Amino acid sequence: MWQADIHVTLKKGVLDPQGGAVQRSLAALGYEGVAGVRVGKYLQVRVDAPDRDAAARQVDEMCRRLLANPVIEEYRFDLKEAAS
Amino acid sequence: MRDQDRAGAHGRGTSSVSTAQIATAPRWEQVGLTEDEYRRIVELLGREPNDLELGLYGVMWSEHCSYKSSRVHLKRLPTEGARVLVGPGENAGVLDIGDGLAIAVREESHNHPSAIEPYQGAATGVGGILRDIFTMGARPIALLDSLRFGPLEPGPAPRGTLSPVAADGLDSPGTDEARAARNRYLVGGVVKGISDYGNCVGVPTVGGEIYFEECYNENPLVNVMCVGLIPKDKIVRGRAEGVGNPVFLVGAKTGRDGIHGASLLASQEFTAAAEEMRPAVQVGDPFMEKLLIEACLELMQGDAVAGVNDLGAAGLTSSCSETASRAGNGIEIDVALVPRREEGMTPYEVMLSESQERMLVIARQGREAEVEAVFEKWGLEAARIGRVTGDGRLRVLENDRVVADVPARTLADAAPAYDRPQRRPADLDELWAFDFATVPDVGAAGAMMDCVAPGAAVDCGAALRRVLASPNVASRAWAYRQYDHMVRTSTVLVPGAGDASVLRVRGTRKGVALATDGNGRFCRLDPFAGAAMAVAEAARNVACAGARPIGLTNCLNFASPERPEVMWQFRQVIEGMRAACLALDIPVTGGNVSFYNETMGRGVYPTPVIGMVGLLEDLEKRMTPGFKRAGDAVAVLGPLTADPATLAGSEYLRVVHGHVAGRPAIDLELEARLQRVLLAAIEAGLLASAHDCSEGGLAVTLAECCFAAADGARGAVLDLPAPAGPPGAGGSGGFGAAGGGSDWRCDALLFGEAPSRVVVSLPEEKLPALADLARGHGVPIERVGRVGGDRLVVTVNGRALVDESTADLESVWREALPCLMGARP
Repeated sequence: MWQADIHVTLKKGVLDPQGGAVQRSLAALGYEGVAGVRVGKYLQVRVDAPDRDAAARQVDEMCRRLLANPVIEEYRFDLKEAAS
Repeated sequence: MRDQDRAGAHGRGTSSVSTAQIATAPRWEQVGLTEDEYRRIVELLGREPNDLELGLYGVMWSEHCSYKSSRVHLKRLPTEGARVLVGPGENAGVLDIGDGLAIAVREESHNHPSAIEPYQGAATGVGGILRDIFTMGARPIALLDSLRFGPLEPGPAPRGTLSPVAADGLDSPGTDEARAARNRYLVGGVVKGISDYGNCVGVPTVGGEIYFEECYNENPLVNVMCVGLIPKDKIVRGRAEGVGNPVFLVGAKTGRDGIHGASLLASQEFTAAAEEMRPAVQVGDPFMEKLLIEACLELMQGDAVAGVNDLGAAGLTSSCSETASRAGNGIEIDVALVPRREEGMTPYEVMLSESQERMLVIARQGREAEVEAVFEKWGLEAARIGRVTGDGRLRVLENDRVVADVPARTLADAAPAYDRPQRRPADLDELWAFDFATVPDVGAAGAMMDCVAPGAAVDCGAALRRVLASPNVASRAWAYRQYDHMVRTSTVLVPGAGDASVLRVRGTRKGVALATDGNGRFCRLDPFAGAAMAVAEAARNVACAGARPIGLTNCLNFASPERPEVMWQFRQVIEGMRAACLALDIPVTGGNVSFYNETMGRGVYPTPVIGMVGLLEDLEKRMTPGFKRAGDAVAVLGPLTADPATLAGSEYLRVVHGHVAGRPAIDLELEARLQRVLLAAIEAGLLASAHDCSEGGLAVTLAECCFAAADGARGAVLDLPAPAGPPGAGGSGGFGAAGGGSDWRCDALLFGEAPSRVVVSLPEEKLPALADLARGHGVPIERVGRVGGDRLVVTVNGRALVDESTADLESVWREALPCLMGARP
């Protein structure tokens, strides 16, 4: 059993209205020094696969097909062995 | 390799597209221009342009921004009318509706961005069209969306030719499961993008269309229309008036969004390399847009502004050059003063950025503080980036250095206009010669009958169910239920409630009726007739709601103008629209042309989408399609015909027999008379209901009148009079003056899509008055039955063809689209 820790973030340069809203809210709370906020998502996916390569292939495909929108987002993931 | 080369040209500057290829390409090709166009620029400037200047010309002289292939033809459209306050050439058309009020209207395509990223593509399309409206000083009050996609489920292509420009000329591939899945993804994304943006920004989405056809595989069409309300004396122009006046850039910060997105993508064919364009996709922010709307409208209440223009395709470049050119002035801006979201942006990137939710405001000198105060109040950036000059030049500075200096007019108005070669598609004769006798007629359920042609194989009730379940006919509730159509609480006829959507004009008794219409299939079969029919049907839709059509806008969606067949279709469409506008006395207030809707040589049908504005003088007289009372008479206003030729391009012919063929036709004089009768009958209070007869023909129209009916009126018993003698046996195809064909068919009677027809219901005692009115205008009218029961019963010459429970038919009609989209109940 493998656990994938997946980070999905907007590509560099893509407008992030949610990040902008968070930044403005932080400023409203007095955090004037916040220079930028980008919001992404973090997913944990447990995969039953025979080896690391097979798990990585599966997770990569999942990211491309569903978990990330490759048009405007990029993703990266780490795999670690997990107890079944 | 032609496609690949072109892709190289428009991929440049955005990401990793073959730099080797670019380094070797001539300068003009790097910005998508021809050698001749480059020479013309050199002539206009009297010198070679620098790289930035060439980039500005490249984007402004692109097909998308310059209309270089369409301009010579668009001049044919009639644009004059007593109500037209602002015609084509501004950000939106404006129509006088009396009481000191006016309606601003505009329609635009966002096809190419939506094909790449459906959610953001459609959302930013909504944002863009809203800006076109409030740029004029108008409060946006309604949005409509006309959408076209490939089929939602796999299936073979219909017989007959489908792709007008395919390399092989004729057949179109069917739709496989992967393609159908992609189409479902596109539909879901586009509808969600529209609803999220529209719902967040607080403007109701009140109507539109969705159609499905093979030719829109890979080339979806997303056309968005917006309507705004404005006091007549508060219209603001997109003009850089007043030398010395300061120029502000307001709204969102500028990033690298969509550089070469809308403009160049929509000016070149799609290829696999479009994938490389992805980082250029713009992301919309409806909450920012809401603030921008309120700030701009507040500012325009006073007289601190001299002109306003939105930033759309080609961003600052088009906005500055167009406002300057319209006023005969120049503009000088400093890109270093533009607020940026990203570091290290070049002047080229700043000038071409298509970041959303930005506007150019030309303030009056000395009133700068007012402008700044309003935008600060709404929490928006308002950066003074330059000033209006008297020398007619667009001068771009970066700090103290001049980086571009060209006559503004040459960017905005001096692009070459091409009268490209035209050629009539070779297959039209074959399509028009289609022999309808090769497909069997419909018959009664179960048994053959003597009134049915030999070989009749299709149960009539089953055929009706098939047509009702077609996604081109079925209820669109799945889509419009995702849209907030009631926000601002002025929507009187919501989507699905009428042939047109109707909005209240507050403070008056008036209403505005809105409809979009376009039938690409008809236009493929006969672009002149198809375009005329689109104008006629859009007008008939608003007339069915009781409104007089007062003006129209349009989106003209076509494949590559470099193909002579496509240019021929384009010209025919323009001529068809012109003929219909003249016959119906409706001016064109503006429009939008989207070429290059093709992928790997397969293009869309010629698809003009008409956006119609109608005016109801008295909102209380609005009309709806559903039957109202049991016992009311049902009549067909317009020609009742069983001529097989009316099956041309019909939904029935497509879904039941798998053909797209024939030649659609319209009598525009009859159409004009019909609409006069209809409006006079509604005005005189004769009618209880009125429903336009269109996709699916008379049978579907009657079924829809039952679905929309009041309790107790959800059924009808109808006997359609057919010509004497059995069908298909050489009798007269028509009825009285409306005759035509040499033989007649039950399916043509029930499913034929002849235009200029409206199904009405009314109290029996009012029928003579309606009949007099119709005859007085030379419009055929036939009483066909009465409202009652809870079944739709249709007999022809006394023989039952349809006898179905309304509830059963309605569930077929309602469930088809959600089912295809895989929606959970």
